Amino acid sequence: MSKLSLRNIHKAFGGNQILKGVSLDADENEFIALVGPSGCGKSTLLRILAGLESADGGEIVVGDRDLSPVPAADRNIAMVFQSYALYPHLTAAQNIAVPLVMRNLTRAQRLPLVGPLVPSQRKAIATIKREVRDMAVSLKIDHLMDRKPGQMSGGQRQRVALGRAMVRRPSVFLMDEPLSNLDANLRVHARGEIVELHRRAGVPTIYVTHDQAEALSMADRVAVMIGGALLQLASPQVIYDDPQHIEVAKFIGQPRINLFASQVAEDGMVAMGNTRLRPAETLTAGTPVTIGIRPEFVAVSRNSQHGLPAHIDRVEFLGSEIILYCRLDAVGENVIAKLSPSEGAGLAAGMPVRLQFDADRLFVFAEDGRRLPSLPVNADVALETAHG
Amino acid sequence: MNANTFTLGRALRLFIVSFGALIFLAPYVFMISTAGKAQSDIFSSSLNLIPQNLSYVANFTKALTRVSMTTLLWNGVVVCALIFVIQVVIAIPCAYAMAKLKFRAARVMMVLVMLGLLVPIHATALPIYVAFDRAALLNSYFALVAPFTISVFGIFLFLQFFRAMPDDLIHAARLDGMSEIGIIARVIVPNAWPAITAFAIFSVVAHWNDLYWPLIVISNQSYATPPLGLLYFRAAEAGDDYGALMAATLIITFPLVAAFLLAQKRFVEGITMTGLKG
Repeated sequence: MSKLSLRNIHKAFGGNQILKGVSLDADENEFIALVGPSGCGKSTLLRILAGLESADGGEIVVGDRDLSPVPAADRNIAMVFQSYALYPHLTAAQNIAVPLVMRNLTRAQRLPLVGPLVPSQRKAIATIKREVRDMAVSLKIDHLMDRKPGQMSGGQRQRVALGRAMVRRPSVFLMDEPLSNLDANLRVHARGEIVELHRRAGVPTIYVTHDQAEALSMADRVAVMIGGALLQLASPQVIYDDPQHIEVAKFIGQPRINLFASQVAEDGMVAMGNTRLRPAETLTAGTPVTIGIRPEFVAVSRNSQHGLPAHIDRVEFLGSEIILYCRLDAVGENVIAKLSPSEGAGLAAGMPVRLQFDADRLFVFAEDGRRLPSLPVNADVALETAHG
Repeated sequence: MNANTFTLGRALRLFIVSFGALIFLAPYVFMISTAGKAQSDIFSSSLNLIPQNLSYVANFTKALTRVSMTTLLWNGVVVCALIFVIQVVIAIPCAYAMAKLKFRAARVMMVLVMLGLLVPIHATALPIYVAFDRAALLNSYFALVAPFTISVFGIFLFLQFFRAMPDDLIHAARLDGMSEIGIIARVIVPNAWPAITAFAIFSVVAHWNDLYWPLIVISNQSYATPPLGLLYFRAAEAGDDYGALMAATLIITFPLVAAFLLAQKRFVEGITMTGLKG
């Protein structure tokens, strides 16, 4: 099948640099989620890939073919739009048939009145009808085939849009937030279906979303785009556990990662409470850095003598977990902690607690947002130095 | 609030609306009435709405025989249809390009369209007349149709309508393998019927009723459009047979009235959808 690669795609609107040299490779059968806040250029990238916009620079290669000069109509790239973009004047069956009609019938065969006179038109149309039927059955929308988009619900329209995109067996499959117009229950259900459809189609799929839960749950690899640049492209687990940039760490994860401004100490170490970290590269003392820790690696205790003293501002009970909003007594910084209901039992707003951070889970970021690989120094040693 | 209660305010509103309707309908009603009156009836000193002795048959026979009514109506249909079809064929692709394609001249074209809306036919009538005269094109369908084939009003109306169409629809069509012409024929036009109907009414009414331009370029009766035919009719009859004249007018206005009544719902739809009210 086909491999997809984007090389150094640039795009500016007016003087505004929307895409700053984005490169991305997708294997055949791979599902890549392109995630980022609104306005980060992810939809623009998708449109460039589809041929709806032209890039200022860069290459788009599918299989062995450079698609940059090929018009959208000839790229054989299918796309599902956020608004579904079904043709309002055609029934579901006709909507799904459009790409086949445009591809499988000759210009003369498509003409009204004249078309039926062209030899073999009837046979071609019968084939199209059969393929549309098969597609409808596999998407379980065969009972809707005579309805127009205006008479269908959001979920049904979304299936018709998927059918229209898949029926012609595209070489690349693009989706632009296809689930954002569905209600929450349907959305979770549709995630599984889209992954299943992707597996069956077996073509590289780029899925644009601003919903990190969608990206992490559906994709083989997640590409995080922020401010027109691709900051990290990795498996969902690596994106979450090992973010390479502060913006990635900030964007992925709910509730948001805790961040603390800090400085490199005299001995080249970075300190967070009793924990000390040694960055892999030597940094001059006083260099500003940011320390991050995800809420689930903040331990909260009422009785312990260890850890940073803090007070609870607010408790959010979410059923399977409890979110604590705490304020450190010393510096007044806010810290969010995520606990299981059993750990969080009995905690209430206003209580004094101690917070401990899992030393292995602390991230250090440089001032420009880059991740600084660093290792925790043995806590005892750290304590000794602190006392000494 | 119950919509059926007959309050004072509702009565007042109904009265005002009915009164307005009566004023607008009065000339037409009077025309229908006069078309059925005999000569003596029309010039009697009393004013009657209902003819004393019905002479519809006599008047209509006169109207149909003295001028060749079929030629007039046929000319009207041919001219209006040609103008409308060519206007649409030119205006839709033009408006589509200006609304949905990005090209450098779009802004300049928009300005030109606006300027075109400001220039009335009367300003360009003389140069066009002179040109047609030199080219020996007077007294032809071409002379009646050609000046109106590019309708800036049509372009403007379709432009407003197409701008409201979602871009994604056109993007989807492009990805489905359609050429730009294919997009117009398969996506734009089928979804633009309300706008096309609205434009049809504007265009056909204007050109069916137009007297100014046919009067300038047509002197041969066989190319006369309905209003021009009426003018000849009056001149030929020394202008005093009002019964027959009204009968002829009735025949000539009837197609438009019928067409409007049939397309009324779509017409109003189209006007509200393009946001062109009043």
